[in-house]
Amino acid sequence: MTERDRPPPEAFLRAAAQEGLGRLKIFLGAAPGVGKTYEMLSEGAAQRRDGTDVVIGVVETHGRAETEALTKGQEIVPRREIAYEGRTLYEMDIDAILARRPKLVLVDELAHTNAPGSRHAKRYQDVEELLAAGIHVYSTINIQHVESLNDVIASFTRVRVRETVPDSILEAAEIEVVDIPPDELIQRLKDGKVYLPQEATRALAHFFSKSNLSALRELALRRAAQAVDAQMLDHVRANALGGTWAGSERIIVAISEQPGADGLVRATKRIADALHAPWTVVHVETPRGQQLGKDDHRRIAATLNLATQLGAAVATVPETSVVEGLKRYAVDARATLIVVGKSARSRWFELRHGSVVDRLVRETPGIAVHVLPTETAAAASVRIRQPGTWGARSGYAWMLLMVAVVTAAASALLSILELGNVALLYLLPVMASASLFGLRTGIAAGLVSSLAYNFFFLPPVGTLSVDNPENVVSLIVLLGVAAATSQLTARVRVQADLAAAGARANATLAGFLRRLTSLGDRTEVQRTICAEIGRLFDLRTALLEPTTTGLVVQASTSPDTRLEAMEMAAAQWVQDTGKPAGRGSGTLAASEWLFMPLTAGGHTLAVIGLAREDGGDPLRSDQLPLLTNLLDQAALALERLRLEAEMRDLETVRERDRLRSALLSSVSHDLRTPLTSVLAAARQLRGGYTPELVETIESEALRLNRFVSNLLDMARVEAGALKLRTEPTDLTDAVAAAVHDMRTTLAGHHINLEVPPSLPLVLVDPQLFHHCLLNLLDNAGRYGDPGTPITIRGERRVGELVLHVVDTGPGLPPGTETEVFERFRRLEGSDRSPSGTGLGLAIVRGFAEAMGITARAGNRADSGGADFSLIFPEALLVREHEASEDE
Amino acid sequence: MIRQRVLIVDDDLHIRRLLGTTLARAGYDVIEAANARDALDLARAETPDVILLDLGLPDRNGLEILPLLKKSGKAPVLVVSAREATDDKVAALDLGADDYVTKPFDTEELLARVRAALRHAINAQGADEIIVAGSLRIDLGTRRIHAGDQEVHLTRKEYDVLAQLAMAPGRVVTHQTILKAAWPAGYEQHIEYLRIVVRNLRQKIEPDPSRPTLIVNELGVGYRLTV
Repeated sequence: MTERDRPPPEAFLRAAAQEGLGRLKIFLGAAPGVGKTYEMLSEGAAQRRDGTDVVIGVVETHGRAETEALTKGQEIVPRREIAYEGRTLYEMDIDAILARRPKLVLVDELAHTNAPGSRHAKRYQDVEELLAAGIHVYSTINIQHVESLNDVIASFTRVRVRETVPDSILEAAEIEVVDIPPDELIQRLKDGKVYLPQEATRALAHFFSKSNLSALRELALRRAAQAVDAQMLDHVRANALGGTWAGSERIIVAISEQPGADGLVRATKRIADALHAPWTVVHVETPRGQQLGKDDHRRIAATLNLATQLGAAVATVPETSVVEGLKRYAVDARATLIVVGKSARSRWFELRHGSVVDRLVRETPGIAVHVLPTETAAAASVRIRQPGTWGARSGYAWMLLMVAVVTAAASALLSILELGNVALLYLLPVMASASLFGLRTGIAAGLVSSLAYNFFFLPPVGTLSVDNPENVVSLIVLLGVAAATSQLTARVRVQADLAAAGARANATLAGFLRRLTSLGDRTEVQRTICAEIGRLFDLRTALLEPTTTGLVVQASTSPDTRLEAMEMAAAQWVQDTGKPAGRGSGTLAASEWLFMPLTAGGHTLAVIGLAREDGGDPLRSDQLPLLTNLLDQAALALERLRLEAEMRDLETVRERDRLRSALLSSVSHDLRTPLTSVLAAARQLRGGYTPELVETIESEALRLNRFVSNLLDMARVEAGALKLRTEPTDLTDAVAAAVHDMRTTLAGHHINLEVPPSLPLVLVDPQLFHHCLLNLLDNAGRYGDPGTPITIRGERRVGELVLHVVDTGPGLPPGTETEVFERFRRLEGSDRSPSGTGLGLAIVRGFAEAMGITARAGNRADSGGADFSLIFPEALLVREHEASEDE
Repeated sequence: MIRQRVLIVDDDLHIRRLLGTTLARAGYDVIEAANARDALDLARAETPDVILLDLGLPDRNGLEILPLLKKSGKAPVLVVSAREATDDKVAALDLGADDYVTKPFDTEELLARVRAALRHAINAQGADEIIVAGSLRIDLGTRRIHAGDQEVHLTRKEYDVLAQLAMAPGRVVTHQTILKAAWPAGYEQHIEYLRIVVRNLRQKIEPDPSRPTLIVNELGVGYRLTV
């Protein structure tokens, strides 16, 4: 066995785990009343007839006679009584069943929650224990109780069930869907054949609407199919079927607008499953595609949709011909197998254009071509020819005019022209018509020209007969040139059109991208995505994003967009599965909207809803590739914003954490130290009064007061919205007030005031500015050497006014000039332990910036010491003549 | 002489106790209220001579009962509050408060304010003609100012401003009040004019104009003439 043939170990493990275990079969229903219990009992009875040892663990017949009848003659394990809050509840007796050891036990209502006091909280846990003991179990469940579908279903039925069963239980089980059509179920409900709990009747009446039942049924069938797929995959893995499942095969299947493409897709799905190969459905968009009708587009869209549902990737390739497109895509995708349908085209068509299959086989060496029959013979003949292929009527008029002009010109020039050259002249209208108006007009031009040439110039002139065989050649040449030129120019034109279309799409994409990247605001991006996609496809759009409370419409083209429960369910489905849902898709198609996912990095970031005003299908197949590209770009833009926000959040959280711990240490240190002094001094005072003790209490209390005001101030700066109440302020006043307030703290220093009265008034908030000064003085008092002077100096410079607070002392360590203004930063390298909070200078900067003042720190040039300055720009200065109107 | 009676309105027991002992030691009778309701009752029943009002009361906002207290008698009201935003101060003064003291306060300063308020209440009928502030002597009757022995010559505006302050010695006078009294209508918001006049005034009357002690600035509120 080679490496690649070996089945993956988990397949072995799973099989081994199932040896000796009981097997679980689940009867899955879309809604109550479909007959799950009945079906289970019937199968149980059949097994019993075949000689299997079957017992009924628990069955809820809800008094239905037919169901009741089926339990007759079967062994029922009596239920266990459990007393709970004065009532007696009856639960399945798991111990009795284990002791009885039947081969098969029937357990109704897998999602049931056991009465408190039971061994397991949930019945499915009982079942797991039974299975572990090697007993097979049949059980029943309604689709709404399946964990992963619970939300989706609750969102459109508005009935939420609390009792859910994990998906893993279903994945390990064999599933049988018990299915009856919705109408029949509704009839049964009306006939009173469905058991409903009394209290829930009203809610359930809504639940049993036809649209709900259809949706539920679809979900049930889909869930069952999924289980089958998974089991098949296990089987394939365990047996290493095909030998190439390791991903070496890549399949592409070409589809066209012709009926039968869906069959081709399904067939390819089977091939892909068998090979366990990834597969892509490719639609080559040829120029011919532009002549397709609405129905054709719809069919292509439906086929591509089907493909998506079946797990295929989907691609639309614009190219001049199907073969070229397939070739290019197959090479790009490194495909190993191309699947095509047997052409339904006529032999004539193939003769003219060559068989696609033949050319593919010839031109794609190394790639297998698999031709499948399609059942389209009947449908193909129904196709109506499009009128467009004949060309515009005005084209013919122009062509006739050109031929007439040439004829007139030629007759005028006949005297100097040879007859053969006249024929050459006729090439002009032929080439012009063919290149301007297309093939058919060109050929018509050839015909008309040859007729005119024949009639007006070829002897016998005035008749359509030709007597010189040489002239017959001229005629044929004219026609031939017409055909060749028109083919040639037509192809060139088509290529130009395609290129133009591609360029348009690229330009659209680039424009979209440019608009999105220019936006930094999430709301703007959401709005732009909606508006642009709405505009480009002429649709109503809505963008939904998941929030903590579920999907929420974040933006839409019309503000009154309301999404119904069904639409929200479809959107939720898209969010959960990452696959399209709603109108024109395979899932919840009753919705008016089509929902597409915006995915990046494997996550569905948002869901976009598309709806046409007239209620039609929102998209044509040829629009899908552009939309997909746009959505990819939109998703990337959203992802970019999300990552940016995440980074910011992270940064903020980190900063907050740092601040919090800094604040805590600061508070504990800076509040407790003075408090300790105050307390100690107060206690000592009992022993006797000394002025020093009172002084201590006073100065420490003042320190506390400063610290508390700083905390309050910092909170104001942090809050961001400092309310300014600026007024013209005399710096003399401001400085004097600050020095006065700090007189106790600055007691050991001499204060030099050098604020000349000639300085202009400044526009500041007096309160904030006061606090700036207090903190600067506090700082100078603390870091300046004791006994040295502190100088406050104002000076007028060109364009600004500077207020310095200068101390004498060690000054700032070099390189810390900006750092000092950060919160909780105390200068290291100072051996004195300043009792600062580290808040003061941050407040200085915060308040100063709020008022438009620049705070700067530096060292004195003349001697040791720090020089803090507040720089007022010209705008904050009150000009002299404005203020001194006196007298 | 009958001892003057002070009503202390504050919800904090310690502050009441502190104010009570301080004022009692200074020779005042003290009555206390811990909430707005009691304050209004006492203000009516006991006719205090001065009221110290805290703004943060448990039952009603102090600013709300301020006008009621003013109406209940002739007693001047001093606001004693931890709120230091200029808006609060101006609002209190506008609502009729006679002065404003911020917590934490200096007890000496508080007593000075109480004295100033009481003096003003007594002289409400006929204001003093002569006010002495430090070495400064202001004669409102003759409009003459002396600093020590020297007569000081003031411009008309300077005198008007100083007169406004001298009419309420020791108490804060708001910018608006001064501007309204000394400038033509429409100048109420032009604080810069007042600032320049005060600056010039200080050059003439203050011993050290860079450390003013006579005309003291009240941040964002107004000026006070220290007596």
